[in-house]
Formats: sequence, structure tokens, C-alpha cells
Amino acid sequence: MKNKTSVVPREGEAQPSRCPDNSAFKQQRLPAWKPQLTIGSVLSSFFLTGAFCLTVGVCLVLSANSVREVQIDYSDKCSNCSKLRENSSNWNKECHCSINFTLKEDILGDVFMYYGLQNFYQNHRRYVKSRSDAQLLGRNVNIQRSYCAPFSTYRNGTPMAPCGAIANSMFNDTIDLFYNYNSSMIQVPLLKTGNSWWTDKNVKFRNPESSNLSAAFAGTARPPYWQKPAYLLDEEDERNNGYVNDDFIIWMRVSAFATFRNLYRRLRRVRRFAEGLPAGNYTFRISYNFPVTKFKGRKHVILSTVVWSGGSNPFLGIAYLVSGTAATLAGFVITAIHLKLRKKKTYFQKQ
Amino acid sequence: MSRKSFPGCFSRMTWKKHFFKETCCQCGASDTEIQNEELEERGKGRKRKKKNENKRVIVSNLPFGSKKWKENPNRYYDTNEIKTTKYTIITFLPKNIYEQFHRFANIYFVFIALLNFVPVVNAFQPEVSVIPICAIMVITAIKDAWEDFRRYKLDKEINHMGCYIYSREEHAYMEKCWKDVRVGDFVQLQCNEIVPADILLLHSSDQNGICHLETANLDGETNLKQRRVVMGFSSQDTVFEPEFFQNTIICEMPNNDLNKFKGYMEQPNHEQVGLNIENLLLRGCTIRNTEAAVGIVIYAGHETKAMLNNSGPRYKRSRIEQRMNRDIFSCVGLLFVMCLVGAVGHGIWTGKFWEHPPYDVPDWNGNFVAPVLAGFYMFLTMIILLQILIPISLYVSIELVKLGQVFLIHNDIDLYDEEADLPIQCRTLTITEDLGQIQYIFSDKTGTLTENKMVFRRCTVDGIEFSHQENDRRLKTQRELDLEDFAKLQHFTLPPMSLERPATYKPSTVRPLRRCQSDRAHSKGHTRSRSVGRRDSSQSQVAFSSPIEKDVTPDSRLLRRVREAALQTESFSPFLHMKTSTSFTDFFLALAICNTVLVSTATEPRQRVTIPPPIKPSGITLEKIHQIFQRLKLASLSQSFSSSQSSSQLGATFSAKSTEEPLAVLESCDNDNDGSAGSGGQELQDKGSTEIGTASLDEVFRSATNASLPADFCYEAESPDEAALVYAAQAYGFVLVSRTPEQVTVQLPQGTLLTFDILYTLGFDSVRKRMSVVVRHPLTREIVVYTKGADSVIMDLLDNSSKGDISSDKRMKRIKERTQKHLDYYAHDGLRTLCIAKKVLNEDDFQKWANFRREAEAAIDNREELLIETAQHLETKLTLLGATGIEDRLQEGVPDTIVSLREAGIKIWVLTGDKQETAVNIAYSCKLLNQRDTVFTINTENKETCESLLNLTLEEVKKNYECNKPRRKFFGIIPTSLPSPEAPSPEFGLVLDGRTLSTIFQAGLEEKLLELARHCRSVLCCRSTPLQKSMVVKLVRRQLKAMTLSIGDGANDVSMIQAADVGIGISGQEGMQAVMASDFAISRFKHLKKLLLVHGHWCYARLAKMVIYFFYKNVCYVNLLFWYQFFCGFSGSTMLDYWQMIFFNLFFTSVPPLLFGVLDKDVSAETLLRLPELYKSGQNSEIYNLSAFIITMLDAFYQSLICFFVPYLMYKDSDMDVFSFGNPINTIALLTILLHQALEMKTWTVLQLVTMLCSVALYLIFSVTYNAACLLCNPPTNPYWIMERQLKDPTFYLLCLITPVIALLPRFFIFALRGTLGASLVLRAQHVEKLPKEQQDLEIQKLRSRKEAASSAPVASPASNDDLDQSISHLCVSPFLHPAAALSPRDTENLGVSAPNPLGRRTYEEGYYFFNRWAEEESAAADSSSGPSSGHHPLVASREAAPGQDGNYLKSFNYHRRSVSSVTL
Repeated sequence: MKNKTSVVPREGEAQPSRCPDNSAFKQQRLPAWKPQLTIGSVLSSFFLTGAFCLTVGVCLVLSANSVREVQIDYSDKCSNCSKLRENSSNWNKECHCSINFTLKEDILGDVFMYYGLQNFYQNHRRYVKSRSDAQLLGRNVNIQRSYCAPFSTYRNGTPMAPCGAIANSMFNDTIDLFYNYNSSMIQVPLLKTGNSWWTDKNVKFRNPESSNLSAAFAGTARPPYWQKPAYLLDEEDERNNGYVNDDFIIWMRVSAFATFRNLYRRLRRVRRFAEGLPAGNYTFRISYNFPVTKFKGRKHVILSTVVWSGGSNPFLGIAYLVSGTAATLAGFVITAIHLKLRKKKTYFQKQ
Repeated sequence: MSRKSFPGCFSRMTWKKHFFKETCCQCGASDTEIQNEELEERGKGRKRKKKNENKRVIVSNLPFGSKKWKENPNRYYDTNEIKTTKYTIITFLPKNIYEQFHRFANIYFVFIALLNFVPVVNAFQPEVSVIPICAIMVITAIKDAWEDFRRYKLDKEINHMGCYIYSREEHAYMEKCWKDVRVGDFVQLQCNEIVPADILLLHSSDQNGICHLETANLDGETNLKQRRVVMGFSSQDTVFEPEFFQNTIICEMPNNDLNKFKGYMEQPNHEQVGLNIENLLLRGCTIRNTEAAVGIVIYAGHETKAMLNNSGPRYKRSRIEQRMNRDIFSCVGLLFVMCLVGAVGHGIWTGKFWEHPPYDVPDWNGNFVAPVLAGFYMFLTMIILLQILIPISLYVSIELVKLGQVFLIHNDIDLYDEEADLPIQCRTLTITEDLGQIQYIFSDKTGTLTENKMVFRRCTVDGIEFSHQENDRRLKTQRELDLEDFAKLQHFTLPPMSLERPATYKPSTVRPLRRCQSDRAHSKGHTRSRSVGRRDSSQSQVAFSSPIEKDVTPDSRLLRRVREAALQTESFSPFLHMKTSTSFTDFFLALAICNTVLVSTATEPRQRVTIPPPIKPSGITLEKIHQIFQRLKLASLSQSFSSSQSSSQLGATFSAKSTEEPLAVLESCDNDNDGSAGSGGQELQDKGSTEIGTASLDEVFRSATNASLPADFCYEAESPDEAALVYAAQAYGFVLVSRTPEQVTVQLPQGTLLTFDILYTLGFDSVRKRMSVVVRHPLTREIVVYTKGADSVIMDLLDNSSKGDISSDKRMKRIKERTQKHLDYYAHDGLRTLCIAKKVLNEDDFQKWANFRREAEAAIDNREELLIETAQHLETKLTLLGATGIEDRLQEGVPDTIVSLREAGIKIWVLTGDKQETAVNIAYSCKLLNQRDTVFTINTENKETCESLLNLTLEEVKKNYECNKPRRKFFGIIPTSLPSPEAPSPEFGLVLDGRTLSTIFQAGLEEKLLELARHCRSVLCCRSTPLQKSMVVKLVRRQLKAMTLSIGDGANDVSMIQAADVGIGISGQEGMQAVMASDFAISRFKHLKKLLLVHGHWCYARLAKMVIYFFYKNVCYVNLLFWYQFFCGFSGSTMLDYWQMIFFNLFFTSVPPLLFGVLDKDVSAETLLRLPELYKSGQNSEIYNLSAFIITMLDAFYQSLICFFVPYLMYKDSDMDVFSFGNPINTIALLTILLHQALEMKTWTVLQLVTMLCSVALYLIFSVTYNAACLLCNPPTNPYWIMERQLKDPTFYLLCLITPVIALLPRFFIFALRGTLGASLVLRAQHVEKLPKEQQDLEIQKLRSRKEAASSAPVASPASNDDLDQSISHLCVSPFLHPAAALSPRDTENLGVSAPNPLGRRTYEEGYYFFNRWAEEESAAADSSSGPSSGHHPLVASREAAPGQDGNYLKSFNYHRRSVSSVTL
């Protein structure tokens, strides 16, 4: 480049030539691989891709098909409750409803119970932001200046614990599953812990340090929509209470879409349910608290197993199958075009 | 004689001069009191200074000293400290930021970053969103700072160079730094020192008050300039005492005109002495041959002329950038639409609810905004969100890539000129890719196409032509030798050659002077924009004296005559100088004398020979010798004079033909007169005579000249023509031995030395187009004016008045006619012609004129005009002596380059100031025109004629074009069919001259001209002024919207170079003005081939692809966010963590495209050179045009859709959280975008592979660490542990595998189809490269021929294929060759028939009347319209029938040339 040689040569010293270095880099002669789109390489790449995709696709579809899933929409089935909840003044009144369903065949293996919400935009920008991670880490922070507003403090200045719109709108239905066995209702044992990510439970969420939980939350108030304060979320298990409550943690992990499901309970595989859920009649007992009608939302409860390739969604397998087919087809198209044009080519060459 | 010694901006200069004249007149007229007042006023305050801005007053600093410094009027002038840095440490930050905000994009991004601080609309954390723009600005700032620092270091180096300044305290010159030099200081300069400032010369160690100056650093001219001490000071023989200097200097304000300086010096007694440029030593020049010089500083530092001339690198905007800016605006449109969609969508979505759902969070105060307002806010939010749709990093990336490209171009060893030790200089860093899109090349002729090395070819004396055939032969062998030498050079076998030719190839290790050092130091100081100084090999020191030019083999006939003439002159000069033969002597005397050539010896190149060598002790003694000689001759040897065989050399004559006695007498006389001193030459002559004996004439002559010369003289001339003439004179024994301003010494063939007193030298200027020397003949004491100049001028100045002597009148007339005829032939042969004439003055006339002249010289105002006037007054009534033809040889590789460039689809216009005939011939010989072409010549000054001619020509061309068109298509299908004999050549050439051009411009016929020119293969504009050159360039550039390139080497090309899109300067022998004005400077025309075809193509392809890729990348990535808006209620939510988004553009995907932009090669250099058609892809902007942009945009949309919706459909209805959904999308986008780049890359070196892998690795490493370490880095978004979790999930991998495949499948499909079918030439060339060597040749040939047959436009004639054709012909006889080539057997026969008499076809008469119809029409038009234009032939259409195979064309042409000369003899 210009002024590259800035050293003034002294008298008597030979002037260095300004001839550029004859190095491979400067002369742009670095050894290089030049991929060439020859007909052979092109066709083989298409057909190999096609074959690979088709194989993987078949595997994926098969595995997705092995997933057993039961999904029950209970937003209409508990119409009285939903009507009750439409009026927000009734928030304190309890409402229960039961939903019966029948499993025609056993669901073997680990069974997961999800609650599903439809048309609930957890991914809304202002909603996503409305939380204080620092508070959830158990730190004593001034949430007034956090993103929680306007769900940070009450008018009298009492801070909410936990603050923010996400925490405030936490899903608070209680769902229990009963197995109707010989006209007796056996409650299916379900695990309410271990559902959240280990890192969330142990790193990301922390209760404030204190001798006991209620003391830790002293000076704070529950969010306006909550029926009970944070330290009473799970009265049975001290380690599943406050900010580290699994249901709370899962709710705080805002979902990507307006229609989503969150893991609620896992089947505790003991006794009768050691193999999974046996076929038969079941009943969901739901304490209906979460209002959805005002935003035309729907609530589901879902029982599902999980395989290595995820849940019941067969899309990935289909995607592989489709793209495999497309690649193979493209290969054929190219072959066809070439066969057709080769005649012309030879014609040209003969000329 | 330098045609170009006057800068192009002549008109501007004269204007300036007038302007200054006025102001100067005022100050000249005002009496001194006023001036003194003014002087005092100046001291009072700076504001006052503004009042008299048009002049500057300087007094000595010495009386003021350090105490009274405040009273010094000089203290307001700039010091000599230069500072070219833009910033200081303190001002860097604000100033740089201010500069950066000049860029629109930066303002945009800062605005968006600020917008993000508004809570209602912010999309990201405000603090973080400032990062990208800050990063960009910091990178730019670092780049600026680095550049500035480099400048600072260079400044410092220059400022601390030492020089001697007179100090009052010490009463001596003390060494000080350059920066401490102030206006008014007295500076003492020693030999070889660089002048630190503009200094008025007050004292020189030279007794004549002359100081020699080398200005190569300023204007590149290698010869020494003389500077004179200010009048009045030169007479002082004593040492100059600065302390007694009490004069006041009044001069013009600093300006950048290197050739003008005006002012006067006022002595204490109110006497005024005029000052001019002759008295000024310019900063940056080097003192030569002068022991010491003292001067007072006039301008210092930035006010010096050298610094004012240094305007620094220019900023040009390339075509790609212009298009890019347009596309950026369309991106803004796209952004607007997308934001609008978001805004409307959000408004509707919000309005849907009759009660606010829990996820619709109210604002800070718990209020909800109305849907419309929410929509508006959302619009702003979306702008922030989608801001990177405008590629923020594109500008910086482009700058970086161009730096890399320039680096590679600069380092190309093929563009390095070994002889000059100069690589290509890239002076503009911003338009590398324009090199790949050139459509029109405008070239200068002399020095650009030709070497500007003048070779004496032939001459005519007294109406007799001397063809110098021996010389021709020698030149031919020399050329071959040259090529061999070149080959040898390349194999590094220098030693044998340097033995062979010691003068030229003095290897670069031996350098008499440290010229290079001064160059270097200088180039840093003043002309830093040009990268390095001038050529500093020994070549420049013996500037115009390669053996080709030096050794002229004399014509034997002429030699004989000269010898005769010389003898007669010797004997009868006082009495019989009107005899015919004296004109031979006069002719060569004129050649030797009438110039400004400086003489130096080969052994000491820079040591001026100002005192004649010891052969001749003094002029007087020589005269005595002569007198004795003559007496002797007259007395005893009358017989020998009648013999035509007598030797040219006196000594030889005596020894060979006559008795020993007279010689003995002579010798004794000689010895008597001046003792041992004079014996040297005599001894040599004796030696010569004894050796020779009865050898042949030539041998006698040659050995005699060689022997009698004390050393090999080197001539340094202002223009190569002059040197060539002096060498020619030397060949005939008239050796220019020394030159001082007062005297010039010439050695005659006899070995005697004649010293002429130079009375006046009337230098060359472009108005007079001639130069004259007035000398007093030492023998006859006559005052003789020798004039040489352009034939058109001299012929008009000849003495036409009859002197009553009818026979001599007739003779003169005959000589004139014949000379004119010869001149025409010379011009026709492409020779540069000069006429030599003389005039004898009588003493009275001369004295009269001399008085006149002295007055003119003394005049302060109007001096230039007066000088020219006086010169013109003298140069009348001349007697024609003869004329010379000098060949300007074509540069090596010019025809090949031109052919390649034309094949590349570039139209080449030659704009030259030369004569029409010369230009046309050069055009033929460099294959710019083909013998087959129809050449239209339009010469007219009349508007109507011009218009009708243009119309006619256009009609004809179109007719031809149309009737050729279908036929050519027809050939494409059935190439074996015979072309009709009527029009075998569809090509046209157009020749215009300057007058026609100005007529066209005046009459507004530009469009017609352009339309005509578009159909023409090449256009030649002769006799055009610099202004016309630039007007033509501008015309084509503006009207045709074409990409233009100008290439030239001289000052007269500067305006043309500046007018074009790309200006290229040839750093040749004519100075640096062209280089200073250019964007790229090369040293050879042939380098243009690689520069355009290879580097241009690469740079264009690389940059275009990179720009497109950047658009793609940003659109593709940003759209991922946009699609998400449809699923989050258009709330402006993102699924990607913001840090990862920033880093995505800054780090993960930035380096591969940069590397791609610098290093990718779609086709190798060899193939590009062999297949120039590949260049057309750049010309037609095939890679980056509107359709390419749209397709890329669509592809980007498609790919982003895939990248978003495949994961969406996969994770739909699942328990995926926002960032767990975003993470695979980010990964997929990264892979897709990188793989897309990989598809585009045609060359994979280790570097590319490593950066690709590094990009992915960096992404993974960053994501993993970021997701693991950051719990509260970026609240409230918190992608904690997401990456780690997903890396354990097999579906993540499966997803990341399939999505890029789907996204890139269509693109790859198209690529595969195009690639395997070879849809474009580039792709085919890529295929060809894979083949083995022999097959490659075959394939390339096939490609070329097919191209030719298929293309309907006349692209490449087979003439271009010469080299390849020959090398390939044994391999391939392709029927696809041009139809004409298919006819080869018959045509070769034709050639055989036509060869004996090719002249008949080319003679003027036939050419003029070839198109009878047109000629008639023209004459009719001319008659009807106006008289003056009918005098010459306004339209000459000469159609040359095809002689056939192009390989033979050159031969036939050469043959033809020779035949011309044989006919004239």
C-alpha cells in the first residue's frame, strides 16, 4: 500500500526494490479447491440428500406415531365455572368441575400431564418483559425501577412478590386425575416436582434468604390476581414453595406462541401405574380458577408420552420426507434435462 | 519541442495571469510610501491582513531577531511546519464523530438507537441497542486514526529534516529543522539537498548566478532546470551577506501554479527588480550541480506551491455503490411496508379485545393506549426492531474489502515495471470495482500507446529524401534484441547484458546520486497521495538514451553528401555559403544547436559538461587553427575537394589522400600555438587515421567519430524528440559537446570544435509551435537564427519574397514542394515531423531586434505576450533546410492489449493532439483499426457541412449494419456460406480532428456523433486540445451513461483523466501531472490488460456478490423477526436474544463475506486473460443489477420463511419457550447464511475454510458460554442454559440439518442446472479450467469462435486472435471461425496478388475519391454553404479491401510502408 516503505534509506545503502513479493497470497495463487458443479457431483449430491432425508424422515414419522396423547378441552365443559370467572368480583369463590374420559388402550411409559392454553399471548412484548429476574433470584431489589411496572407495587408502596405481569397472570387451575376402577375412584399419583429445568429450580430461581419462608416474604404482598401469597404456593413441600415452586417456574418460562402447553404433572409410576396409565375410565377433577373467556381463550388438559424425537408432532418427519422427495425429484429433473439436451449438444459438436 | 510542456489548464492560467496583472499593476504603481504604510498596517493586526489579500510582503527576519519578533511583518505567514493530519489527540473524538455523521446511514442508526430510549416504543434494552452503531463507528474511527497516525509520523519525519538557516546571533548558518524555517529566513542550500520551502534565490556559488534544480519530485521531469539569482544580486562576486539585505519583496499570494511566480523586489532606494519563477526554488526540488545557494524564504509550509498542488486522494463513488444506494432506498421502502404491516396488524389485534386480557400489559401508570395510537407506537417499535434490514455493516465492510482489493492489486507482480521499479499505484481506494465495468476507453497516443522514445528514422534535406534503410534494419534487430534482453532479464542474467550496454543498463546497484532518497523523502512530504516517488533506476538519469535512440546508423548517401558539404564549408564558408551543399551542414548544425539539450558524460551523468573538453583550450585558438587550416588547404590541396571520395574527416583526408607535409605543418602549428593542451584531440585523430587506412567509408566515419570523442556524451532533453535529433546529428559527425547558456560547442565531422555564442534562445511554446536559437557563427561572424518546429508553422514562415534570382527562387519553391511531399509521407508513415529552417540576420537588424527583446524581457507586465511577440517577429522569412521524421515506437504489447480489450467489449477511442495521418497510422499499427475497416474521416469547420456529413455517414453505416445483421445471424447457423464480396468488413472507424470536434460541439451535433460513434469500432480524434479531450469524455459519459476510463501520461491528459469515471495515469517520462490526477497509475499500457480483465473482473465480481450477499443476509435474518410478529400479536417481540443478534452480524457472519470480497476468484487469471469476453459480465452489470437484486430479495424471503416456519411447525403447540424457540432459529439462520455464502464461493483456500469453520465454532462457543454465564446480563430476557439443553436434544440437530437443506435446495437446484448446462460464459470458463492443458486451449478456442458466430454485434474480429490462432491452428480448424477466416486460402492468394502494389490502394488520391458520390455531395454542400471549408477534403472515406488472413496483415503493412519510401526515392 502507499507509503509502505517509510524508512528512509541511508546513504550508501542499497535501495530496496519496490517489486511486490512473489508470495502465493499476494499474487492470489494460494492453493485452492474449486468446487465444480459437474453433472456427476450434482446428481450424486441430489440423490444422496434425497436418500438420507427419506430414511431419517421415515424413522421420525414412525417414532412420532408411537406417541400416545390425550387432549381434552375443558373450557366449555365447565361452562358454569367459566361464566362465574367472567365476573372478576367472584375471584374468591371456588368452582370445581369434573371431566370424564376413557382410555381405550394403555398409555405405557412415562406419562406427562400438561395444561394447554389457546390464544394466550404469553409472547407479547410487554408481557415478556414484565418480570424481575433479580427479584426471582431472591435478591432484595428495588422493583420499582424494574420492568415489572405497573405490577410492581401497590398504591401504598407495598411491593409485589413476585412482581410483573407474567407472575400476576399465573395459571392457577388445579387438576387432579382419578382412575375409575371398579366404580371406585383412585387418585392417580402425580409428581409436582422435577417438572421444571434443573438449572431453573436451582440457579435461576431462589427464595429470599431468611429463617422461614413467610418471614422472607414479609413486607411484600401477593400479586393482585393471586389468591394466596407466594410462600403458600405449595403448603405440603417446603422446597417447592415460594419462587422455587415448579408450577411457578414453569409459568415464568414464557412460551413462544399463543397456543402452548406447559408441563403440569408427571405420572408417578407406582403400584397400578408402574407401567403407565392402564386403559379404562378416568376423571379430571379441576378447580377452575383461570379465566380465559374474556380473551376467547381455551384451556386444555393433555396426557402424553414422550419419545426421543419429541412429542406427538410428526412435522419434522414429514419435513424430512418432503425434502427427501424434492431432492430426489430434482435429481431426476436434472437427469431428464441433460438427456434431452445431450442430443442437441452432440449436434452442435458435430457441426 | 515538448508538445506537452504546457499544462492543460492553459486558459485558466492566462486568466489568472491577467487577474494578477491587475493587482500587480496597482502595487507597482503605488508609490513606496503607501506600501510602507501598508507594511506597518500589516503589523498591526491580523484583520488588516485580509485587506490586501492579493499580495504578500516579505522582509528579512534578521533585523527583528527574537526580541522584536512582534514587529515582524512576516510573523503571520505560515511556518514551514507541515501538518497533514486531520485530527489531534484532543480533537479526534469530536471531529471524527462529526465526520462520520456526514454519512447518512450513521445518522439513521443513531436516530434509531436514540428512538430506543423512548419507553413506549423501545424494542430492545436501550443501552444495548447502541452497541452496533458504536461498534461500526469505533471501527471506522480506528481506521481513520490509524491513517492519521501514519500521516503524523510522516509529517514528523519531514518536519525534522535539517537545513541551514542564517542566525544573527552566530553570524553564520546554523542547522535547524525544516519546521523551524520561517518566511523571511535566509537558507543556505548545498548540492543534492532538498529545498525545504519556496525560496527566492539570492546567491549561487555558480559564477553566473545559476543554480540547477531537479524538479522530478514535482513534475517528474528528469532534466535539470536552471534557476537564476535575482537580478542585481548575480553581479556580486563577494559572499552574500544576509545581514545587509534590506530589500522588501512583494509577491503574489500563495498559489498552486508551479510554472508561474510574479513579484518584485524593492530596494531601499525604491528601485524595483522583477521576480519570476526563474528566481524561485520550489520546495521538494533538489539542488544539483551547485555547491551552495542562498535564498530567502517566500512561502513556507502549506503555502508552498508543492503543498498547494497536493490535493490528496480523491473520493469517488463507484457505480456499484450508486446502485447500492438505490437499493438501500428500496430496502427503506421495504422496511416501511413491513413496519406498516406491523402497525396495522397491532392496531387490529389490540382492537379485537373488548376487555384487556392479562397478557396485554398496561403502561407504567396502568393505562391502556387506544388501538390507533398503539399501532403508531408499534410502527416506531418495528423500525427499531427491523432496523438491520438496512445493512449497517455494509459501508464499513465495503471499505475494508476495497482496502484488501487495493492491496492485492498493488502487490500484483505482473503490474510491476521492472525497468522503472514501480508497481501499480492505486491512488483512489474506492473504485476498484469500476475497473470491471469499463465500456469506453479514451486513450492518449504519445507516451501511452507509444513509448515516447523517439527514434530518428529519416530526413529530407534540400528536397532530397534519405531513407536511412540501414537504420531501419538496425532498429528491427534491436527490437528483437530487446525482446531477448527482456527474456534474459526475467531469468536474472543481468551481468552479460550490462557488459553489452553499459550506458542504459547500469544496474540499479550503482547509483551516482542518492536520487532515490530524495525522492522518497519528498514524496512523503508533498505528494503523499502518490505512493512513492518516481522511477529511480539509472534509466532516468540517462533519460532518453537507450541504444535504440542513441545509435543512429547514418544513411550512406547522406553521409557522403555531408562529408562533401563539410569540406566545402570548411574551406569556403566565408565566401560560398549559399551553395547547395552548405544546407547539409546547416541542417545538422541546426539539429545539434537548435535545442535545449544538456550534455553530460556517461561516466558522470549528473556532471554537466559546461566547459568544452580539453581538446579545445579556447575558442580563439580554435579559430586560429582554422585559419591556418584554410590557408593550407587553399594553397595546396584543391584537388582533393573535387573528389567525391574524400573522407569526411579532415585528419583522415590528409593522411589517406595527400602528402604528409601539410599535416606536419598543421601539427607543428598546433603545437606552436597551444602546446601540449591541444595535442590530445590531434593524437586521437592521428590514431584514427592510421588505423583506418583505406577502409570503407562507413567504417572510417564510425571509428573516427568514436575515437575522437573524449567520452560518451549523454544528452538530457526536455522532450525526447530533441534528444533524438541530437543523436542523429551525432551520427553524422556533428557532436554536441557542451552547452552553457552563453555558448554551445559542436564538434564537426572533421573533429574540429566550433563554439557558437548563443545570443538568444527562444524556447518552445504551444502557441508558436517552434523554437529558435540565435547564434553567432564563430567563423563567419554571421548572426544565424536556427528554427525548428511543426511543419505547418514553418512552411508558412518561409521566405517567399523573390530576390530577383529566378532560378534560385524556383529552386526554393521546388525544395519546398518536395519537402512538403516528403513530410506528407512521413506523417503517413506515422512519423513525427519537424521542419528545420534558418535565417541569417545582419548586424543592424539583430541589434534592433535585440533591443526590442531586452525591453520585453525587462517588462514586468504582459511579459509573456511580449516575449512571444518578439519571437514571432524574428522567426520570419526563413530558409528551409530540411525536415526530419522521428518515429515514436509503439509500446511493447500494445496491439495485443488493444485487441484483448476490444474483445472484452470495450470501445477504444484515441484522443490525441497529434496529426491526423500520424494518428491514423499508429491506429493501424496498434490494431485499433483494421485494414479491412471502412474508415470515415470528417474534417470540416462548417456546421452545415458537418451535419450533412454526419447524416450521410450515419446512413451509410446503418445501411451496412442492417444488411450485415441478418447475414451474420445466418452465418451463425450455416457458417460455411460465403460472405458476399461486396462488404466483407462490417467494421467502421471514425477519424475526426479538433476543428471538426469543436464544430460539432458548437452546432449541437453531439448526439449524431455519438450515434455514429456507437456503430464504429474505434474513433480517433486528432489535433484535439486537452479541453476537447475532456469534453468528448464527458459527452460519452453523460449521454451514453457509459462507464469510461481515460488513460494518459502527460499534462495535456489531465483534464481527460479527471473527466472520466476511472482515470489512469502512465508514470512514464512526461512527468507526474497525469499520475497526480489519476486514480491508478501504471507504468505501461499493457498493464491495462491485466488491470481491467483480471483485477477489474475480480473486483467487480467480488464486490457485487458481496453487496448482494449483504442485502440477502440482512433481509433474511431480519425477516425471521418479522414473521414472528404474526404470532405474537404484532407486539414487536423477539425470540432472539439481543446480544446474539448483535453478534450475529458483527462476528459470526461478518468475516466470511469480507474474505470472499477480497479473495474469491470465479475464474482464474489465466483464463480471464485468454478469454477476454468474460469481461462483459462486468460491463453489463450481470452480477449486480435490478433483477439480481430482486431475485436475491425473493430468495432471502423464501429462506427466511423456511428458517422460521420449519422450526415453528416443529414446535407449534409444544411447551417451547420464547428463547428456546429462538435459539434453533438463530442457529439455523447462521448455518443457512453461511452455507449460502459457501455456495457462492468459487475458490476455497485454507483461509476461507478456516473462517467458515471459525464462524460456526465462534457461534457455538459464544452461545454456550453466554447461556451458561449470563444470569442477569440482559434482563428481562434471560436465555439461561438454553443452548446447553438443546445441544443434548437430538431433534435440535435434526432440525438444524434439514432446515438449511430445504432453504438452499432451490438455489442449489438452479445453480446445478446452470452449472452443468454451462449457461453463461463464466461457468463454461470454470469448466474449461478443470480440463488438462491441451484440451483447455481447444475449448477456449471453441468458446471464442462460438461466441463470435453467435453474437450479432460485431465483437471480435479474428484479427484479435492472432496469437492464439497461431498457437492453436495446428490443433483445431474450427468452422466457427469468422467467415472471413474461412476464406483463408483464397484470400492468401489475393494477398499475393495485391502485395506487389499495395501502395496504389493506399495512396491519398485514391483514398480521397474512393467514394465519389460523397465527395461530390460534399463539394456541393461546401460550395453552397461557405468558402473556407472547401479548401480541404472534409470527408475522406477510404475503404480498404480485406487483404485476408490477419496474421499476414502486419507483414503486408510493413511491406507497404517500405514501399512508400522506395517510391519516393
